[in-house]
Amino acid sequence: MGRGRDWWQLVSKTLRWTLLVLVTLIMGLPLYWVVTGAFKTNRETYTFPPVWIPADPQWSNFVAAWQAVPFGRFFINSIVTTLGTVALELVFALLTAYALVFLRVRGKGWVFGFVIAALLVPSTVTLLPNYLTVARLGWINTYQGLIIPVAAVAFGIFLFRQHFLTLPRDLLDAAQLDGCGHLGLLRHVVLPLSQPVIVTFLVIYLVSHWNDFLWPLVATNRLEWRTVPVGVAYLYQVEGVQNWGPILAGTVMALAPMLVVYIVAQRWIVKGIGGGALKG
Amino acid sequence: MNMLQRKVALARAEAVIQPRAARAHAAIGDWSLFLVFVTPNLVLLGVFTYWPLVYSAYLSLMQWDLISPVKLFIGLENYRFLLGDSEFREVMGNTAIFTLGTVGGTLGLGLAFALLLDQPLRAVTLARGVVFAPYVLSGAAVAVFWVNMLNPRFGVVAQVASWLGTVSPDWLNHPQLAMLAVMLVYVWKNVGFSTIVYLAGLQRIPQELYEAATVDGAGALQRFWSITLPQLGPITLFLLVVSTIASFQAFDLIKVLTDGGPVNATTTLLFYIWEQGFVAFNAGRAAAAAVLLFVLLAVISFLQVRIGERRVFYG
Repeated sequence: MGRGRDWWQLVSKTLRWTLLVLVTLIMGLPLYWVVTGAFKTNRETYTFPPVWIPADPQWSNFVAAWQAVPFGRFFINSIVTTLGTVALELVFALLTAYALVFLRVRGKGWVFGFVIAALLVPSTVTLLPNYLTVARLGWINTYQGLIIPVAAVAFGIFLFRQHFLTLPRDLLDAAQLDGCGHLGLLRHVVLPLSQPVIVTFLVIYLVSHWNDFLWPLVATNRLEWRTVPVGVAYLYQVEGVQNWGPILAGTVMALAPMLVVYIVAQRWIVKGIGGGALKG
Repeated sequence: MNMLQRKVALARAEAVIQPRAARAHAAIGDWSLFLVFVTPNLVLLGVFTYWPLVYSAYLSLMQWDLISPVKLFIGLENYRFLLGDSEFREVMGNTAIFTLGTVGGTLGLGLAFALLLDQPLRAVTLARGVVFAPYVLSGAAVAVFWVNMLNPRFGVVAQVASWLGTVSPDWLNHPQLAMLAVMLVYVWKNVGFSTIVYLAGLQRIPQELYEAATVDGAGALQRFWSITLPQLGPITLFLLVVSTIASFQAFDLIKVLTDGGPVNATTTLLFYIWEQGFVAFNAGRAAAAAVLLFVLLAVISFLQVRIGERRVFYG
């Protein structure tokens, strides 16, 4: 009996191990492929069976990608747009959620409903009208055109509101009695108690805006105003399939910031997105 | 009694004895502060979320090329055209296949991966990291390197095919396989999300349930059916709604991988809207399709929640 059970456990464990390795390999292979591909010579790229380890890593691919399209501009545009949008969203979300939870005002429920109902309107429906609005304002190819139309928050307010409702009421009353105004309360009591939720918020919105493709594609039409995702698609278009080394080098440059953020902050990202979703 | 406790006690006392006039005064102060806090976001939501909804409905009744100063009112003609058009029917079919395939794929694989990653094995942390990584990457960049991988002459997929003893087709230029390839890339990129959410869900299931079932003599499979699956019900419903909405919005992968082709084989509803609006300059038709998408998505979400609520067990 005992031996049969041991044997079964060994088989089961081996099976699970094999599956785990297989899943990791399949999911990780594309990332390995793009990174090594960025360092291949043209000859290594276009042979079959493919080369797995580039013999002489070609850093020149990165130079070529940088020269083919204005990558510096793409990065500046993406950084300014993403940071600007996320900063605005954070302020909006904190203020709105604070007002919804801690200010004694009638009709708050309506305001909250108005905010949450926005989740039902997909960005698809707003695409064309927003383009027309931005064009009328003369905001095509500007930072305000890239930022303002996507800076309103809905889900983030929900996230903060849920958290604020769990804060101990007595503590807030005590601080208020101490002569703390609402702004002081927000800064000295609510913010320090909300750090994990703020991290979750930042992660979700940072990732989604850095990777956004459709709005920057529509809100800009000059190359020097493109963001990284739109720029990398453009690089692929102009270099065609004749020149995969520089294309993959450019792709790696486009992927690098989020990969680095991910590796550094993986714990919070996984927790934030998994936990944020469960709260939702 | 320390300082803080004293203040708390005092605050409670004052809340009780606070005179009505003072409260009314505080309420007025609260109102102006409330407006200052909520107005910026509400204005932006109004201008860039709700107004476009109304304006889309208005545009959908017009014929307009985005340039001419006059919009021609044509009533429901745009809708009549779309519903009778064979190309649009193909687009709707593509959208249905894409949505079912990607939602089913990400949820099914996500659950399988989560069960695997929930095992007490070493290296599970690394595997989790790898499975989730694609989710944080740019869809456009992901699509670019998948074009390379799917190349039938020198791509890595062709290598895998040859190991398996077959020849890789020209995925992205094949009328049927193009859609399958786009869906596979989408699932690869997004499966990490449902995996992580399912993992968080698995870890919330109380261990006592399993212990009790084991004592009752339930096998592994039986425990999965009678405990794990029902306990994951609310999470599955959440993932179903969110993934359906996300799938309807897929754009960057399709744009780069196939540009909607070959012919219209991978043109989904969102891609069609973009094409009508920004390539064919047919604002009315794009708006009508957008309104249809909004209604369709609202109905699907409503049905999912309605039917789901009845079946899901909230423990």
